[in-house]
This record gives sequence, structure tokens and C-alpha cells, in this order.
Amino acid sequence: MDTMIPVADRTLVSVDHIRKVYPKGSGEDLLVLDDVCLTLGKNEIVSFLGRSGCGKTTLLRILAGLMPATGGEVMIAGKSVVGPSPEVAMVFQSFALFPWLTVLQNVEIGLEAQGVGPAERKRRALAAIDLIGLDGYESAYPKELSGGMRQRVGIARAVVVQPTVLLMDEAFSALDVLTAETLRTDLLDLWIEGRLPISAIAVVTHNIEEAVLLSDRVLVFGSNPGHVAAEIKIDLPHPRNRLDPAFRALVESLYATMTARPEGKAGQGHFFGTGISMLLPRVSPNMIAGLMEAVAAAPHEGHAGLPELAGDLHMEVDALFPVAEVLQLLRFAELGDGDIKLTEPGRQFVGFEPDARKKLFAQHLLNYVPLAAHVRRVLDERPTHRAPASRFRDELEDHMSASFAEQTMRTATSWARFGEIFAYDEVSGIFSLENPG
Amino acid sequence: MAASPVPARLRINGNMHMLASRPDRDRRATTPLGVNGSGFRPNLYDTIIFVLVVGVFVLVAHGFREMNAPAIRLSTEPVTLDVARLPEYALRTTMRMFAAIIASLVFTFVVATLAARSRKAELVILPALDILQSVPVLGFLTFTVTFFLQLFPGSVLGAECAAIFAIFTAQAWNMAFSFYQSLRTVPRDLDEVARHYRFSPWLRFWRLDVPFAAPGLIWNTMMSMSGGWFFVVASEAITVGNTTVMLPGIGSWLALAIEARDLNAVLLAIATMAAVILAYDQLVFRPIVAWADKFRFEQQAAESQPHSWLYDFWRRSRVRPLLVRGAASVADRISLLPTPLTRAPVKPKFGAPSRTGERIWIAVLLLLAGYALWQIVLYTRTTLGFADLRIALFDGFLTLIRVLVLIALASLVWVPIGVWIGLRPRLATSLQPVAQFLAAFPANVVFPVAVVAIVSLRLDPNIWLSPLMILGTQWYILFNVIAGASAIPTDLRDAAALFRIRSWSWWRKVGIPAILPYYVTGALTAAGGSWNASIVAEVVSWGDTHLRAEGLGAYIADATTAGDFPRVVLGIVVMALMVTTCNRILWRPLYRLAENRFRLE
Repeated sequence: MDTMIPVADRTLVSVDHIRKVYPKGSGEDLLVLDDVCLTLGKNEIVSFLGRSGCGKTTLLRILAGLMPATGGEVMIAGKSVVGPSPEVAMVFQSFALFPWLTVLQNVEIGLEAQGVGPAERKRRALAAIDLIGLDGYESAYPKELSGGMRQRVGIARAVVVQPTVLLMDEAFSALDVLTAETLRTDLLDLWIEGRLPISAIAVVTHNIEEAVLLSDRVLVFGSNPGHVAAEIKIDLPHPRNRLDPAFRALVESLYATMTARPEGKAGQGHFFGTGISMLLPRVSPNMIAGLMEAVAAAPHEGHAGLPELAGDLHMEVDALFPVAEVLQLLRFAELGDGDIKLTEPGRQFVGFEPDARKKLFAQHLLNYVPLAAHVRRVLDERPTHRAPASRFRDELEDHMSASFAEQTMRTATSWARFGEIFAYDEVSGIFSLENPG
Repeated sequence: MAASPVPARLRINGNMHMLASRPDRDRRATTPLGVNGSGFRPNLYDTIIFVLVVGVFVLVAHGFREMNAPAIRLSTEPVTLDVARLPEYALRTTMRMFAAIIASLVFTFVVATLAARSRKAELVILPALDILQSVPVLGFLTFTVTFFLQLFPGSVLGAECAAIFAIFTAQAWNMAFSFYQSLRTVPRDLDEVARHYRFSPWLRFWRLDVPFAAPGLIWNTMMSMSGGWFFVVASEAITVGNTTVMLPGIGSWLALAIEARDLNAVLLAIATMAAVILAYDQLVFRPIVAWADKFRFEQQAAESQPHSWLYDFWRRSRVRPLLVRGAASVADRISLLPTPLTRAPVKPKFGAPSRTGERIWIAVLLLLAGYALWQIVLYTRTTLGFADLRIALFDGFLTLIRVLVLIALASLVWVPIGVWIGLRPRLATSLQPVAQFLAAFPANVVFPVAVVAIVSLRLDPNIWLSPLMILGTQWYILFNVIAGASAIPTDLRDAAALFRIRSWSWWRKVGIPAILPYYVTGALTAAGGSWNASIVAEVVSWGDTHLRAEGLGAYIADATTAGDFPRVVLGIVVMALMVTTCNRILWRPLYRLAENRFRLE
């Protein structure tokens, strides 16, 4: 956009060395954001692109004043953020509409909170409703509307308070593909025509194409702890075309950036923690086998680009990356430059019968997943071959939060069951070597 | 962008009747209906609403005047078994009920909100509510009657307040708990919206907290009704030591009828009670439930919506938009007032409260509790010994056995019947209100009939008085089981049928797991109610024949009649302890098991 204005004047939001630490009951605290610095300029749409758990949503909540930062400072329009302020308005992933209020009442709610009188409130709300394309729905209740229309209400509610900055938290990810596309285009049209009373938009997303479609700048977030890993300027003219080679090139390079191994953590892959305290993602054995089969099949023949693969499988980055990384962890595949390549054991796995698959999986599980090996070792050593799950969960909780420990235990258990390296009884919470078959 | 082919205004004015069967639509925003607009022409529904409102108004005014009458009126115009006065007695009983509900609501809003907003208040309020819930309601009467009579000397109001308070104690704790739970489970995103747009405490309360809590609160109030009617009947005619109070009402009528051995009068009281509960259901609860449907926290439109003819009338009336608009503008005025409650929060609260402050607060509470305990010991030491404790515990044990055996028997009867009904959806929808009606019906009105039977058949009161305890509470088991069985997903039932899972195996694999969470809720409520009922069920009379079953209920009832406060306290404490222990070691673990293992989702 306007590049003639000096940088200093254009800065609207500045995030300065923001840190966020979640205190935990035991063990070390969880660092979710580390030393994040960024700025948002006037008339700019900036995307925070990253995978779930990279702290981008936390950052957005800090910007919105819904959450305090542990360290650092956020300034919006020259004022330090110490709590919710009228300068920002947020659009929520879940829409967050009041089901007992009509569309009009939902849109009015922010003004009502500001103490705007009824007549003025209604006038402004109706104007916003017209602008966002909701006219005719004023008296409907949210449950009567489709997802797309509901999110329009969410946008109207945010726009009507005339914030300086609009924050969008995965605002399109709960919508189906077509609806999301329409809504994005409509919003972008209003923005480009200058009809939104807003100076900047920050978009949190895990959808790479969405980031490239909307933004002037993409900030790629890395995980563990969350940090800005890369900044990419997007100069493509609007309307942007997904099939444009320049567009594709940007998408490819963002994929590569997001799959790049964090420096200094080689071998660890992308998982938080080390050894038995490695945080395992919620990925089922079926997904692991399914992805290997997809990569092995034509036309990929064992080597696929992640963007194409995601398109073929109708999967989003958030769902695809963890599975791909588990394959890497188990040495069934290698990731790099936005590509995935099956290793020799990976190819063998795909060719095997179910029983042989289980054996191979078990072997890799014991070799490369320390927690699974640890449980198995304890069970082997004990004369009863039984051990309570709580014992291992407690060990994990020294290193991670209770819910992450729970997730890691569940994942390890489901992998172990598939590989038949140990059994688990849900009722008693006991691991054992008994084969229930 | 999408646009509706018909302008909203046109659609709305043209289709009033079609819309009436759909969830309430607030039309004040777009409808130009109004005094200065099209002019107000009342329709048939307006007339019906108007007549009802004026009727209620006249009755309430009359009732209020009577409530405030000098106490002497109670002796100059004693309660008589005159049929002509029965409607008035019914009115007085009903008004006590309403007064209690309003008091409970205010209590709920204030106390539960405090508990949810302030950690310090929470530390006191939650345990207090938990204990109060298990304290036998009738035990309170002894103290409250004395207290309120002294508060309003020479006026009927004192006795009225005591009766109202008895009903209040049957509802308030439950309601406050339900509201508190709702406040704690407000969806995170809506909470963020409220904080993000800087709602004032007032706006948040009415726009978020109350609407979100409404369905649960209304359901809970309905559940507490049964207790309410029960206790209003029990508390109208009350003797504490030398003081005997007989407030005009169905309960007093019943007490007189028992004294006079007048079976006809008892039957009349039963019929009147049934009529009152029916009217209450039709005129108050159903409309409220139908209205509250819009507060259900679901984004999808539900398949079946609760219906109420009165609510439909109200929606079809033309006066409604006027009143709704009027109410909205008053609400607007209030929320624009410059008070701390209606102002946007100046400083948002971040982070956890200080640990030391909390510790000091707990220490202060412990000191206070210790002091109170010491006072109680001092007070009771003079009159009570360990022998008394032994008697109370033994009696408590007897009552415990009764409760458990009765719950088991009632379960054996009602679980199969409930499942049978629940699996037939059409039958279930028509029988569910009946079960709810039976649960709301105060069982103590029927007691005399049972007593007549026991007396004339010369049965052992120790055994045959027991069923009275569960007479009013067994229905909780029934309608919870019906609800559970109706909730079994069709595919699960189809699968069971396909694989020919039958008889015992069906119960073990499908029936019992599916209804268990519901059953436990019902049985827990029934058990709690039975403990309470024991105070009036273990000691009954018919004229001058007195029947007594040995138990903790009888112990408390006797001590109350004798005005023996220390023993009343002892009885209440023992009962509260037993109820709490039962809940902790039996019902809660069972509920947790049911929730974790068998919740169908």
C-alpha cells in the first residue's frame, strides 16, 4: 500500500519482547511465548501463521488485553495495553454469539457496554449489519443462521465499535471451504474499498493459503516456545489468484518454512521436551498408516510435496503436520523443504500384511519413542508385569502440564496397543504385558 | 452479499401467527408497532391476558392484606373446616409459595454471584450451602418460628415469615448451587466477549450470566417445588413447645381434619392441592419453560420445543410488543445509570489473588468456626450427655435402614416401568408430565389416608409407616429413569435388537449402563427427600390415635413438639451428618462411575 509514509508514523501496534509463561503446579513453568517482537502498521493486514500450540492465539489474547503478558509490553495507538480496550475488537473462531439475543442485539452489545443510547446504538448497528451483508436477518436468532452468516454477525459486532485494530482468531476455520472463501473475499473487498472503520487487521491462522490470500505480511510462528520464526512480505496485487505461479511459490516457501527443523534441535524433531517427557501429539496409528499409504501411492511413489498432499487428502496444515512429524519421529519418513519422503522401513511397512506391520511398528516404537520403551522396560522388570499408569503420568507431569501429560499418555497407549507392546486396562488404570486377545 | 427477498418489516407484520409457534422472536427492533404508530387494538388474546392479570392482581392484593393482619385474627377467626373457605386457604398457601420462590431467587442471585465472583466469599458460601442442603428443613422450623414471631410481635406476618422461610430452605440452597455451577461453566468464548467489550457487572449479569443459567435454574426450581409444597403444608400448623400457630391454609385445614378424624375433609384437601398444582403448572411453570427455551445454549434449533397455551396467547397478544418495549427501555435507563455496577470495569483483574490473603482469610474462618463450636458445646453440655448421642445415632441408623430399603424397593418397581415407558417415545412424552406432577404433589397431604388404613388394619407402625417416607420422593426415580431410557440412541437400540441381545443380557449390556447416570441422580434426590420426610412420616396421628415409628425423624419431631431445643439440634446434626456421609460414600462415587463409564455421548 502506501510506502511513502515514514515507518515511525505508520506503526500502530508494537509488541516489544513479549514473554508468556503459564505457571504449573509442579516442575518448571511452561513457556509459551519467548521474546516476541513485532509491529503492525496502518492500513496493513498481518497474519500470524503457525500450528496449534505455537502461541499465536495466546499472543492475540494478549493484544486484546484478555490476558496479561509475563514480560514485555504491547502498545496500541501509543497506549500501553493493560486490559481490554476500545481500540481493539476481536472476531472469534467459535463466533461467540449470545444465542438468546437476536442478530441486532448481538451487534449492539458492544455499544451497549460502552453506554451508547438505544437510538444511536440501533442506527449504528443497522449500518454495520447492512455493511456486512446481514440485512433482513436483524430479528433472527443465531441458531437460525448458517455458520457463515453467524460469523458475519461476529464481524459486524466487532466492526460496529469502530476499533483501531481488528483481531481475527481463526475466524474462518470453523466454516466450510466455500463459505470461508466467500466471507474472506467479502471482507477483503470491504477492506480494499476502505469501507471498514479500521486501521489494521491481525489475522491468526494455521491455513497457509488464507494467510497468503489476505495479508500484506505473514509472520510465521515457531513452537516450543512460540516465537516469530520468519517474516514474509506479500506484494501480490488484489484480487489474488490461488493458481498464479507467484502465489503457489509463496505457499510452497511457507510450507518449507513451517516444516524446517528448529535450529539446534536436530534429532528432536518438532516435539516439545526430550526423552520420556517428549510431548506426543494426538495422532492415531490409523492416521500414521494412512499417511504412509498415501505417500507411497501413485502419483507420489514415496515422495510428495506437502501442499499437494494436503490438497489431495483434504487436510489442513494443523492436521497434516503432526502426522508427518510422527512419521519422522518413528523414522518412517523424512521431512524437508516442504516435502515428505518415505524411508526404507516406511516403504516396507506399506507393503506388509497387518501382522508384519504391527511387528515393524512395535520395533520402531521401542527404538524411537522413549516413553513407550520406558513403560515396557518397567513392565519387563517387574515380576507381576503390571504397573499403574498414574506412576508414569506423575513422571510426565514433572515436565509438562496435566492435560499435556494426559494427551501424551493416551497417544503412547494407543500406539502401544497397535504395536502390542503392552496392554492397558482403562478401569483400573493399569499397564500390563497381558495380551487380552 | 446475501439479502432477503422480502423486507423484514413486511414479513414480520404479515406472519404473526405463523411465527407464534416458533421460538420467541424479539421484534421490538424492527416492528413499528407502538402507541404512536399503528394505534393499539386489543385482540382476543389481549382480553384473556388482561382478565388473568387483573384476577391475579385482585387475589394477591387480598392475600397481602390478610398476611399483614394483626395476630389476634388467628384466634378470632380460627381455621375451620368450612368448604367455602377452602379456596381462600388454597390462595394463602400458594402465595406463601410464591413469596418463597421470589426470596429464593433473590438469595440465589446475590449469594451465588458473590461465590462465583469472590474467592473469599466462595470459601464460606460453598461449604455452607453444602451443609445446609443436607440439614433437614423441618428442623429449622423450631428456631425460625420463635425468631419470626418475636420479629413481628402482634402480627400474622411473623408466622407467615416462618412458613415462607420453611419453603425457602427447601429451595434456596439447590437453586443457589445450580446458579453457581452455571456461572462457573459460562462458555469461555462468551466470557471473553464480555470481558473484551468491557461489560459492566450489571450488563454481564443480565446479558450473559442469567440467560445462560436460566434453563438449569428453572429446572432446578421446578425440582425443588415438590419440597416446597411439602413443607408449606407441614409448616402452616406448627407446635413448638407452648406456641401453637395455625395459619390459614391447606396445611392447617389438613391438621384440623386429622384432629377431627374427618376423612372427607382430607379428600377435599387432596383434590384442592391437585387443582392448585395443576393451575400452578399451567399458569406459571409451563409458560416460563416455553419462554426459557430460547436460553438453551445450543446453536442448533431443537426438534421439539416445550409448549404452553398461555405463552402462545401472550405471544399472540398485541399488548406484548408494547410491554416488551417498555420493559426494554426501563432496562436501558437502568443500565445507563452512572453507578459502579453499571459502569464498565475501570481496572481489569489479571492473575491469581494473593495466596497469603487467602490463608489469612481461612485462618479467620477457622477461628470463628472454633468459637462457634465452643459455644455449641457449652450450650448443649448442660443438658445433653453421651447417652443422648447414642440414642440419636441409633435412631439415625434405623432411619438409614428405612431409607435404603425403601429406595431399593422403589427402584425394583420403578426402574423396569420407567425403562418400559422411556423406550416408547410417544408414551414417554405423555407420561413425563404426569410423573412430574406426582413428584410435585406433597405426599403429606395423602398421609392421613394411609394412617387410616394402618389404624384400621392394626399394622405395625415401625414397618408400615416407612413407605410414607418415600411416597412423595419415589417419582424422582421414575422420571429420571424415563428420561434416561428415552435418551438411549436409536442406533444402539437397533444394534441390540439386531444382535438379539435380550432379557438379562439386554439389561446388563444396554439398559443399566444407559440409565445409570440418570438413575443415580433420581435415587440421590429421592433419598435426600426421604430423610427430610422422615420428620413428618415417622410420627403421625389420626384424631387422638398416635402412631410412632422409632427413628431419627421421630426423635426430631418429638423434641420439636416438646420445645426441647438441645435435642432438636442434636437430631439435626446427626441427620445432616448421615445424609452427607451417605452422599459422599455411596451416591457420589456411584455417580462418578456412571458419568465416566456409561455416559452416552
